Amino acid sequence: MINIALPKGRLGEKIYEIFAKAGYECPSIKENNRKLIFENPEKGVRYFWVKPSDVSIYVERGAADIGVCGKDILVEYSPEVYELLDLKTGVCRMAVAAKKDFYDDGQRTLKVATKFVKAAKAYYASKCRDIDIIQLNGSIEIAPILGLSDVIVDIVETGTTLKENDLEVKEEIFPISARLIANKASFKFKTEEIEDLAKKVETLIG
Amino acid sequence: MSESILKTEERVAYELRSLYRNYGYLPYKMSKFEEYDLYVENKEFLVGDGVITFNDTDGKLLALKPDVTLSIIKNDGDEQGKRKVYYNENVYRLSAKTKQFKEIMQVGLECIGNIELYDVFETVYLAAKSLATVSEKFVLDISHLGILSAILSELGLGEKFGKELMCKLAEKNLHETRMLCDKYGVSEADKEKLLALIGAYGTPSEVLRKLAPYCKGSAKSPFDMLSALCGLLEKTEYADKIRLDFSVVNDMNYYNDVVFKGFIDGVGEGVLSGGRYDKLMSRMGKKSGAIGFAVYLDLLEGFGKEKRTADVDVLVLYDDTEPLKLLDTVKALTAQGKTVRVQKSKDGLRYTEILDLTGGKQ
Repeated sequence: MINIALPKGRLGEKIYEIFAKAGYECPSIKENNRKLIFENPEKGVRYFWVKPSDVSIYVERGAADIGVCGKDILVEYSPEVYELLDLKTGVCRMAVAAKKDFYDDGQRTLKVATKFVKAAKAYYASKCRDIDIIQLNGSIEIAPILGLSDVIVDIVETGTTLKENDLEVKEEIFPISARLIANKASFKFKTEEIEDLAKKVETLIG
Repeated sequence: MSESILKTEERVAYELRSLYRNYGYLPYKMSKFEEYDLYVENKEFLVGDGVITFNDTDGKLLALKPDVTLSIIKNDGDEQGKRKVYYNENVYRLSAKTKQFKEIMQVGLECIGNIELYDVFETVYLAAKSLATVSEKFVLDISHLGILSAILSELGLGEKFGKELMCKLAEKNLHETRMLCDKYGVSEADKEKLLALIGAYGTPSEVLRKLAPYCKGSAKSPFDMLSALCGLLEKTEYADKIRLDFSVVNDMNYYNDVVFKGFIDGVGEGVLSGGRYDKLMSRMGKKSGAIGFAVYLDLLEGFGKEKRTADVDVLVLYDDTEPLKLLDTVKALTAQGKTVRVQKSKDGLRYTEILDLTGGKQ
């Protein structure tokens, strides 16, 4: 039995469809109820829905053998897991955005608002840029508008939210997509099952 | 002492001490504190960044030990012959997961001196035997950093590439290794070699056969050494527990040769870690080689023990009952191997059976 942690929401549902097509379906997951754990002993899988940012915790600690989460989460939390596959789904990017007329002359400390503190710090450290990190938990886009920060570091998918708030992407930091991750110990004891699943999914996504 | 009263980690600690003693390792007892300078000079060797420090009465900065190996080799005088020691110590580290300091009970051994094939074989064998002490469902992953560093130096792409590649290797991350190779302009043939190394996981014979074509030139000698070691291990009772896995990457500034990591089914992370650390020895000004490993007993807490559903087996209720009669009752029950609590009321205690002696009942 492979225990799989999926991120609740649209991305998780899309990933489940890929897994089901690869031969790991679990029909009860489609039932409209509040259950969070679904099992199909015939196919040897048990799925859990968890908060997207918690997937790596479930996998790192071995509560789930494998899971799917965004590269942004892996960069932010650096969990001790194997990253087996790029699922090429949920594609977006981590980027620096600011008001269209913003220009960084590099002469004073840059105020950066973000949810992704580690990624932002690492990016500016690599450029030796002095920054003042402002950690926010949502609605990051309004920080530069209200003068709370000069720039934001955030996930950008289509850029519509930025555009609607009169912001634009200034620099791209790294590309993001959903990744298949595995617990290191589970990989040792369920090697064949996990490698089989990864291979089937890889063939499917091409 | 009844074995059932021992926690898993305590039982394992006792058994491992006896195992290492049987193989001629001598106990090494050290003080809880060490001069902080030792860790500043070798901070990359430590598993975590955090060290608990305090000032001694003379103002000297001391630390609660985050590591045992450094203290053992610091005091080693490069004397002739071999020094084999084992330890059972608590270390204090900052947990990467909880960002809080943790007390960790460690059992481990170190073999210091002119390290030969037998010493490496015996150490890896004892690592496997140590895991077998915890559970029969275990895996010992082995890698050889000499092969990796030979391939890296042949590529000649510098330290930054090497560091980034090691991160991808530790994650078994094939897709980002491809991107990294493209970024650095690695040739298709070399890329294939690196991907083969990262993707290789399995029994020694299977992996060695796959990697043989890629391990030529300076990688040949470490490859031959690894083959010889695997050949020996395959003749032991733990042959089916050994895997080759190049994602085992301990710091290459310290480790230079065979490295290994042990996993137990049911524990989410590696419980044993070790390898040959001649480079650390030379960084500390020693000529000898060294190999060793540690078992992280804190990870075994609660492992393999059934969860208790009751606090005691028998609750004996009494009122004016004769004390001597009560004690005789308790003695009779404990002789049957039962745990007994004597009290006047139930008080929320969880028990399996009740013996009510109130009101003169027998």
